Amino acid sequence: MRDDVVVKGVRFRDHRVVGDIVELAERYCTEGADELVFYDITASPEGRTVDRRWISKVAAVIDIPFCVAGGIRTLAAAEEVLNKGADKISINSPALENPGLISDLARRFGSQCVVLGVDSFESAGGYRVYRNTGDPGKTSATERSMLDWILEAQQRGAGEIVLNCMNQDGVRQGYDCPQLVLARRHCSVPLIASGGAGAHQHFADVFQQANVDGALAASVFHNADIHIADLKRFLAGKDLAIRL
Amino acid sequence: MPAIAVAIIDSGGANIASLQFALQRLGQSSVLTTDATEIRAASRVILPGVGAARNAMSKLRDHRLLDVIRNLKQPVLGICLGMQLLAEASDEEDVDCLGIIPGTAARLPASPQFPVPNMGWCPILKTAEDSVLDGLNSGNYFYFVHSYALPVSQITLASAEHEHRFAAIVRQGNFLAAQFHPERSSAAGSRLLKNFLCWRP
Repeated sequence: MRDDVVVKGVRFRDHRVVGDIVELAERYCTEGADELVFYDITASPEGRTVDRRWISKVAAVIDIPFCVAGGIRTLAAAEEVLNKGADKISINSPALENPGLISDLARRFGSQCVVLGVDSFESAGGYRVYRNTGDPGKTSATERSMLDWILEAQQRGAGEIVLNCMNQDGVRQGYDCPQLVLARRHCSVPLIASGGAGAHQHFADVFQQANVDGALAASVFHNADIHIADLKRFLAGKDLAIRL
Repeated sequence: MPAIAVAIIDSGGANIASLQFALQRLGQSSVLTTDATEIRAASRVILPGVGAARNAMSKLRDHRLLDVIRNLKQPVLGICLGMQLLAEASDEEDVDCLGIIPGTAARLPASPQFPVPNMGWCPILKTAEDSVLDGLNSGNYFYFVHSYALPVSQITLASAEHEHRFAAIVRQGNFLAAQFHPERSSAAGSRLLKNFLCWRP
């Protein structure tokens, strides 16, 4: 999200507007989405906290859980987001700056509210964690490896990991199953796959191969290339346990 | 003082807003309160809860609500941690709870195959018939977020599965409790709330 509208980019670049926040939330909820995630992608690079006026509006109209992310770096900011009706908060760059934030949030609100977003990019050195991925000009590699970071985050009390495989983001060639299989082996909290969904089969693959708890997608839904109800019927037909 | 239709007991923790919005969508107003007189006067009472059992019990104790809740005769709904607060105790920091419903909340065993918190949509299995479950069936999905759960027992109306089965809905007299979040469980959750609002135990 940016300036009260929903946007989507390709490999975290070239974002374009896809619609009004509350209208999209209602639409996805009606179509059968199991959970919504709202990322204020420019919050961290711009050093501000996510704009919160829309949170109550979304909470009032939808009856599925939703998570809010974007520059949440204090307990007070997290509390405000949760009090307005968000079920979870997701932190990424602020946790990299201050890993103690994960522990503080988990102690104060419980692990179930605390989602860690991890942007991981595969290069010769393995799976490396990146920060400030909302702004191409400020995106940079950290010293952390994906596995070390998700292990530390679990010890600190993160209640869910969303692993965004940047090599795959927005390009619709399928989720990064090998990386997610590796992450799954080291993840005893819910693991959500992100990045790469382009076809019904990609969702089946990631559930069957990587045994993830959820699969996150944006482009294919925003562009109406995949309808959520059709997708869920397809997955149920593959004997995957899914709410219809 | 005019009677309040639904009183939501403020046990601390976040996420009361989504419960109030869910009631609003059913045309039901509610007040969030820790006032014993308001709670006693309400025609229905909801005990929600997100967070740690010890904090929530301290808050109820500080507001002198333990006996108030134990003596409620109107329909009461415990949600998530609120369900565990109604039980005898929780293994979470070994805390004594209200002791209204039998059982002790135990930690779910965690593994990569069965992650904890158990966070997501799980189907229920109805184990008893009750008018408060009208329109709900085995196989209906509800949204769960929890690391502790009550064991299946004689008061269980529906169970759900993690590594082991646990109590998803229990009923003891006028006390109904759900481990999941009906306010975030789409149409099925809304149906349970609607049933509760017209329930005559």
